[in-house]
Amino acid sequence: MDSVRSETAPVPQALKILVAGGFGAGKTTLVGAVSEIAPLRTEEVLTTAGVGTDDTTGVATKTTTTVAMDFGRITINPSLVLYLFGTPGQNRFWFLWDELATGALGAVVLADTRRLADSFAAIDYFEQRNTPFVIAVNCFDNDQRYTAEQVREALDVDGHVPVLLTDARDRMSVKNVLITLVEHVLTMVRSSVPA
Amino acid sequence: MSTDPLDGVEEGPAWWDHEAGPVVRPYMVTGGRVRPVTVDFDLITYLVATATLAADTPSPEHQAILALTQEPRAVAEVASRVDLPLGVVRVLLCDLLSDGLIARYDPPPTDHLPNVETLQAVIHGLRAL
Repeated sequence: MDSVRSETAPVPQALKILVAGGFGAGKTTLVGAVSEIAPLRTEEVLTTAGVGTDDTTGVATKTTTTVAMDFGRITINPSLVLYLFGTPGQNRFWFLWDELATGALGAVVLADTRRLADSFAAIDYFEQRNTPFVIAVNCFDNDQRYTAEQVREALDVDGHVPVLLTDARDRMSVKNVLITLVEHVLTMVRSSVPA
Repeated sequence: MSTDPLDGVEEGPAWWDHEAGPVVRPYMVTGGRVRPVTVDFDLITYLVATATLAADTPSPEHQAILALTQEPRAVAEVASRVDLPLGVVRVLLCDLLSDGLIARYDPPPTDHLPNVETLQAVIHGLRAL
């Protein structure tokens, strides 16, 4: 590694939290609700040659796709900065998730009760990777048709995974989701370290 | 190669508008290189320029990155602000790194979660928002 420690420039430690969920679940809205900057967008140009298929036909199957990730930033203190990354909604970009998920503190799975099945992919992914996550049920227009427990049952997640109702537009509500996630991570860290 | 590519082209509505995408494809900026030559950069690796604008900096894009990183900035932020795909930015960062024009500060190792003190600081900071 070419890491350098400089005595002069105070470089904060950066942490990242992922925000996953189906298309239109409100990921960017959630990021924007707590970010100190307007959500920024970063793009990756992918050549998806033969992804998920046996590619025997060569260049003819190559397509270039641009995948966008929106992200925001929260400065916790001068030496600690939190980045929130909205994961690309399309399931076929799993490999981008791998890069995003590497080193992530944890994840928020934003669920839309009108399309709960959209959350399954994200839940499976984080469970397999052992990435700590919480499920935040986005209640559009105060439309709380289900309780957190009903959603937990429908999604069939482990009892220790926090499930909470939220309003992705509301700063306090999203703040509460993030605090719940980090407390969940803290519990996991504490239980994995011998007392 | 000083020939104007539009010489002899009839006047008319421009076809190379914003929707058509960049006239110069993103990877032209990197001379066709698609992978960082030596090292990779995490999205939250911090970058700090160790030089002000160097006269012999290879390209305007390199210059733009140097200007941005006069204060510490994460890779994702740099990519977003220079409006280039991440892959392109990573290649340019490798150039700057090997020329000794930027320093990188990597996030902690990825195979374990932050320690209790860090997590408590995050919770405290979020509560204070």
